[in-house]
Amino acid sequence: MDLKLIGAEATEAEKAAIASAVPEALTVEVPGRVVRIRRDLRHYLLPAIDAVQSAVGWVSPGAVDEIARRLQVPPAEVYGVASFYALVSTEPRPPTVAHVCNDIACGPDLAAALGDRDDVVESPCLGQCDRRPAVFLQRAGTDDVVLAHATPDAVLAALDGDVGDDTPGFVSPGPLLARVGNVDPSSLPDYRAAGGYEALAKAIEMGPEAVIDEIVASNLRGRGGAAFPTGLKWRGAAGQPGPRYVICNADESEPGTFKDRVVMEGDPFAVVEALTIAGLTVGAEQGYIYIRGEYPLAQRRLAHAIAEARRAGLLGDDVMGSGERFDIEIRRGQGAYICGEETALFASIEGYRGEPRQKPPFPTVAGLFGRPTVVNNVETLINVPRILLEGGAAYAATGTEDSPGTRLFCLSGNVARPGVYELESGTTLREAVEAAGGVPEEIPYLLLGGAAGSLVGSDHWGMPLTFEDSRAAGVTLGSGVIMAFSASTDMREVVRRIAQFFRDESCGQCVPCRIGTVRVEEAIARANGAVDRRLIDDLDRAMKAASICGLGHTASSVVKSAIELGIL
Amino acid sequence: MTAETTSPALVTLEIDGRDVAVPEGSTILDACRRIGSDQPTMCWASTLTPVNVCRVCVVEVEGSRALVPSCSRRVEEGMVVRTDSEAVRHARKVVFELLASAVDLSLVDDSIRAWMAEYGCEPERFGPAAPPSDDRDRRQAGHHRRPTGETAETVHQPVKVDNPLYVRDYSKCILCYKCVQACGPEAQNTFAISVAGRGFDARISTEFDVPLPQSACVYCGNCIAVCPTEALMFRSEYELRQAGMWDPDRQEVVTTICSYCGVGCNLELHVQDNRIVKVTSPDDHSVTRGNLCIKGRFGYEYVQESDEPTPIDEVLARARADS
Repeated sequence: MDLKLIGAEATEAEKAAIASAVPEALTVEVPGRVVRIRRDLRHYLLPAIDAVQSAVGWVSPGAVDEIARRLQVPPAEVYGVASFYALVSTEPRPPTVAHVCNDIACGPDLAAALGDRDDVVESPCLGQCDRRPAVFLQRAGTDDVVLAHATPDAVLAALDGDVGDDTPGFVSPGPLLARVGNVDPSSLPDYRAAGGYEALAKAIEMGPEAVIDEIVASNLRGRGGAAFPTGLKWRGAAGQPGPRYVICNADESEPGTFKDRVVMEGDPFAVVEALTIAGLTVGAEQGYIYIRGEYPLAQRRLAHAIAEARRAGLLGDDVMGSGERFDIEIRRGQGAYICGEETALFASIEGYRGEPRQKPPFPTVAGLFGRPTVVNNVETLINVPRILLEGGAAYAATGTEDSPGTRLFCLSGNVARPGVYELESGTTLREAVEAAGGVPEEIPYLLLGGAAGSLVGSDHWGMPLTFEDSRAAGVTLGSGVIMAFSASTDMREVVRRIAQFFRDESCGQCVPCRIGTVRVEEAIARANGAVDRRLIDDLDRAMKAASICGLGHTASSVVKSAIELGIL
Repeated sequence: MTAETTSPALVTLEIDGRDVAVPEGSTILDACRRIGSDQPTMCWASTLTPVNVCRVCVVEVEGSRALVPSCSRRVEEGMVVRTDSEAVRHARKVVFELLASAVDLSLVDDSIRAWMAEYGCEPERFGPAAPPSDDRDRRQAGHHRRPTGETAETVHQPVKVDNPLYVRDYSKCILCYKCVQACGPEAQNTFAISVAGRGFDARISTEFDVPLPQSACVYCGNCIAVCPTEALMFRSEYELRQAGMWDPDRQEVVTTICSYCGVGCNLELHVQDNRIVKVTSPDDHSVTRGNLCIKGRFGYEYVQESDEPTPIDEVLARARADS
């Protein structure tokens, strides 16, 4: 391609960072020009932007030119992609930046105490609600870190490079989380000693057809919010012509959600093993784990687990002696809730702006790179080894008929022991909250399912936490968020913050969501007393009906529920 | 009918109670037009792949929970489509209202205004328009100033006049993506512009918002040709409008063939007071599909050399001198 570049020279540090993200053999240079570029380099765009941002703290014109030249992507498009992400800066900024969560679990106090500084920015939910308030430190040239239970002094010290120890949050395990906190997450031998990789061995012995039969028999449903039957998804993709892809959606960004992080940090090999089973079963040779950039520890542990698995022959050209090839790449998101939407996730991996596309076609037919693709989130995937070891029918007999198995719930807010609770499907809301030390009488409202879920009041305490019961009650379990508020919580502020969240996270592609989220936030800001219900109803209906993706469809559901509860 | 055996397979569907048969691969919009049922469109163009982002063409399809964009959704056998149900009318009304509340639609086609009247749009119900801002090109994704609710935020911002041939007035931009498609893979393959930023702050931009002369722009004008709101405008039209002299009623269109090379592009010369004020090419022309190069689009000065400058010449000469 004949590219016109900006004409800015990259620094040596920028060049080195980009070179580390783009495989060397792909470019051949002769003086003055680049020749014989292998095609399809576009999907290195996100890693290249990530590498520069991580190394030098911003993406400069010189870096854009260097990326454009190496990948043969026009500078305007490199800029278009870089400027899409909240963690990427296209202007110079301090090498260490503290992203201070001021979302609904952490609240505004920490950010307010830190005041207006050029190395402090406010952040949406960082997925650390069990350890609030949380701060994500983006540090150029060194590892990013998370500060949990942060104080203003700790943040200031961390900005000077002094980061204290990380303490894990509380976990109440069941069968899925049995290893979390008990088995060294960096040790493959320990993982195997604790039953790891028995399921992959069994899957190889059974063969893909039989594995799919077991998953179908288990009635496992996706835990990402849509509750689609996993077995049908796998069967759908496996029946399409290859090449095929499998993706672990680890872009957990729903406010109030942190369970997938706890799994990845505490049991990374389980994620790798489960994705390997998915890959061999649907006949994919390449898998991706798309993980949100704000999860540095989970990302490091997964990278280590993948390297260990590769070294042990559990990934690579001959997975566990099966004769099948399968490998996994990690793609790090850069601060965009929308990239958890599966078609936006594809666009992001492919090196485009994380904008969803209209379905159909569905991912099992045309997904990543236009190929049949299975996308499962972390929690869904780690159910797979259990199903194979116990048998689909045995799994289906647990929990309730329509919601078998256990579910991971993220309990936070006004409870004594916030954390991840693995609970048998059918546990009631009251039981879940009481398990976390919450007192129902002291909790006037709860947020169920996250920012895309809904607020509920005391009439829901008896609801069993299942797909069918939540659907009958007109609410959603979404990503397993159960956030409890207290009598002193400013509920209007909670709703306002959620409206702000969607205004910030809309990709901007379709009109109803791009402008509708702005108007919803304005309507709440304007309300002196009651909001204009008709206006909100009109916006809600139009966004639900006419938006391209689920973000627009659900962006005003909490606001609607707040009106019904008399909060607004 | 023997002709049917050689044509592509036909798909039969029902639109607003009427049966229609269209070739496989047609869109619902194609099928609507087949039976003379007009639908509003803004981001759709006959020469470009549908991006289905403006959502004014949404229709109801039985069995589908959400409305579907008629411009991109392929017909299926037995599909039941409604283009005028309460749900469709409501969604289109609100979408138009949202657009009109945020974007300057003063120069859109009359047909769009007619649709807005048809649906009873009241964009002012979102509040008075916020004053223009000058920072839209530098907004960081994921961050915005908290609204007071007293005004409705808009995309209003200063006009970009940075070259002698184009003007970019993004206060009028509905983000239909057509200019990006035309500049990129669907026509010119120049890639001077992209969508940058996110959400309400998404905008059409060169890399780092550099002025067009520093960008990859080759001034083919194909972006202007596809713009549905005149956010992109020829400098000549812009200057004449500023001077109060732009008058389409006094313009005639002269069709000719470009004399620069052997491709044979059709030119439509828009002539006012014996002066060429704009050059276009027909979308349905087999050679150009509406596209031209800088020579065909702007290289017309030599046909109107004159000793006696007209008022139009004077306005345009002043603009040239300023840039």
